[in-house]
Amino acid sequence: MHPSDTHTPGETRLPPNADTGPLAWVTENLLSPWYNAILTVLACLILYGLLHPLYVWGIKNASFGTVCPSGHDGACWAFIRDMWPIFMVGTYPHEERWRIVIVLGVVILLALSLIFKKVRQWKPIWVLWALTPAVIFFLIRGGSITGLTQVSTSHWGGLMLTVMFAAVGMLFAFPISLCLALGRASDIPVIRAICVAYIELIRGVPLITLLFMASVVLPLFFPPEMEIDKLLRAQIGITLFFSAYLAENIRGGLQALPKGQEEAARALGMGYWQRMLLIVLPQALRIVIPPMVNSFIGILKDTSLVGIVGLVDLLQVVFAATANPKWLGHIEEAYVFVAIFYWFMCYGLSRYSQHLEKRYAVDNK
Amino acid sequence: MKKLLSVSILSLCMAALLAGPASASTLNDVKAKGFLKCGVAPDNPGFSAVDSKGLRLGFGVDFTTAVATAVGVEPKFVPLTSKERLPALQSGEIDLLFKTTTMTMSRDTRLGLDFAAIILYDGQGIMVRKELGIKSAKELDGASICLATGSTTELNISDYFRQNGMKFKPVVFEKQADVRKAYDANRCDCHTTDVSGLAAQRSLMTNPAEHMILPEMISKEPLGLVTRHGDNQWTDIARWVVNLTVTADEKGITQANVAEIAKTSKDPEVQRMLGVTGTLWTDLGLDKDAPIRVLQKVGNYNEIFNRNLGPDTPLGMPRGLNNLWNNGGILYAPPFR
Repeated sequence: MHPSDTHTPGETRLPPNADTGPLAWVTENLLSPWYNAILTVLACLILYGLLHPLYVWGIKNASFGTVCPSGHDGACWAFIRDMWPIFMVGTYPHEERWRIVIVLGVVILLALSLIFKKVRQWKPIWVLWALTPAVIFFLIRGGSITGLTQVSTSHWGGLMLTVMFAAVGMLFAFPISLCLALGRASDIPVIRAICVAYIELIRGVPLITLLFMASVVLPLFFPPEMEIDKLLRAQIGITLFFSAYLAENIRGGLQALPKGQEEAARALGMGYWQRMLLIVLPQALRIVIPPMVNSFIGILKDTSLVGIVGLVDLLQVVFAATANPKWLGHIEEAYVFVAIFYWFMCYGLSRYSQHLEKRYAVDNK
Repeated sequence: MKKLLSVSILSLCMAALLAGPASASTLNDVKAKGFLKCGVAPDNPGFSAVDSKGLRLGFGVDFTTAVATAVGVEPKFVPLTSKERLPALQSGEIDLLFKTTTMTMSRDTRLGLDFAAIILYDGQGIMVRKELGIKSAKELDGASICLATGSTTELNISDYFRQNGMKFKPVVFEKQADVRKAYDANRCDCHTTDVSGLAAQRSLMTNPAEHMILPEMISKEPLGLVTRHGDNQWTDIARWVVNLTVTADEKGITQANVAEIAKTSKDPEVQRMLGVTGTLWTDLGLDKDAPIRVLQKVGNYNEIFNRNLGPDTPLGMPRGLNNLWNNGGILYAPPFR
């Protein structure tokens, strides 16, 4: 668009006719022309039809106390009030939960340190960042050098487990996928073949199959003394799966980059790693932020499949909680609660990705 | 395809059984580790669930706790799904399993498992609306039946209908909660699941009084405490801990009075059973305080049953077949001698 093409200097233009403001917005966007008005009314009716029962069930007829009056037909939020710590941390021992609170604090600090530019640019922060995963791990697990009671992984659960699966999966899958993507674009046939085989093999089977293999079939081949933790096996399955998808995302970025970039770097006499790390990857990764976040949101939700191998993640812990005779049959409340959490996590991620896109936006035109 | 899959998984299991050097003594392993890994269901009302403190509770949880207490270690609960429970036991990931596993011949023989004891005699039941005026399951020809997939429920009901020359329309769901909703919303005529769960399902209906459970039990579901095949000592321990809770029920020994009775009882069998006299428990590889520890921790069979499944819980299961042999049931523990 080049407004200057049609605009002659000195010409006076009248302001646009329509007012701005909410009313004008409604008139323009929702009510004109006439068929849009009909669609708007229809959409409102449908929305009302869907939301009103939810409102009646969840708020109007609901009980918010600590016990549920028998024989009422609204939601019983007492269930959530009683069980929400379980949803957060699963069967993690009651008297050790303070450790999870500290972990939460550490995570929040980490997030804050990412937000503020001053902190981000302070060099030693990298050391702290690199240390946090280890700190978090030892806080949750305890044992060995920490002097805390060891909490075995069969007690890890709930939202904590879901977030952990996704975050650790991302952390480890990213470097693996970088290698895979570069390997797939490599000139050396053996490396290329291995990478292609890996990616195609992993992408060719559903995550659920990988999890099954990891948890049911694999231990049968190991001697009984060699025991790989079930949680670790599932985590490895998720990481392998995620890295294959991420590798293809990154390959997309590599291919979208004009050939001239690499050729120019080559002309400057840069070696392979210099070209990749300084020229190609920074640009390629910037291009693939949206598909990468998309994959991450996908994997965050896919972690709920670990229920199939008996790990008690956010979704499974809900079933375990409703199996408690005290709260039998309150599955709807739990579903709503869990849905809210998933939504906030996924929406937050997508907003963050938009923010990253804006921050790294450059003129590619 | 399904068959091929199960055959191949089975042969893998067999291969692993042959390959894995089965541990010499589970008891020594467990004592050395200091905890007993018990496989339980992630979620099964009355059998295994969590409370707001993150502790597991339920019928199966109590019995596996009893065995761990007898050995003198802490139980560690490993939630397992139906598909992985048997391989987990075979591979040594757990040492004891209670996950409402029905004892069958093929599981006992081909799969390399041992059923140490039956701790609950369950069976599949059918619930209908009272207004249908049906008095027996034999009148259900042509009925639509809501049930949960992935277990023997569907096989049992089709066996039963074929046996009686009747037809039915299955309406299948993934979760028990969905089955209940569908039945409650009148999408089918009957609701079928194990009797241990049926009363609880009824209590959750919009109007529980409108429904009745038919008298027939259409299948036998003896739910066993499962161990690995080949370690007789370990299986014996599990079996006699269960027998202990049953005999304690018979003799009126409870969580509260066991210490007192151990001191005062003149009954020679009680004295032997509680380890006051004789070497019954040390012969088993345990210490002589094991029985008192177990009963103080979980109580006798009656207490365990009433705490988790009995009429005072939301599950409201009648004792029925699980009564003592001298009380109309079939629970019968061999003598402690």
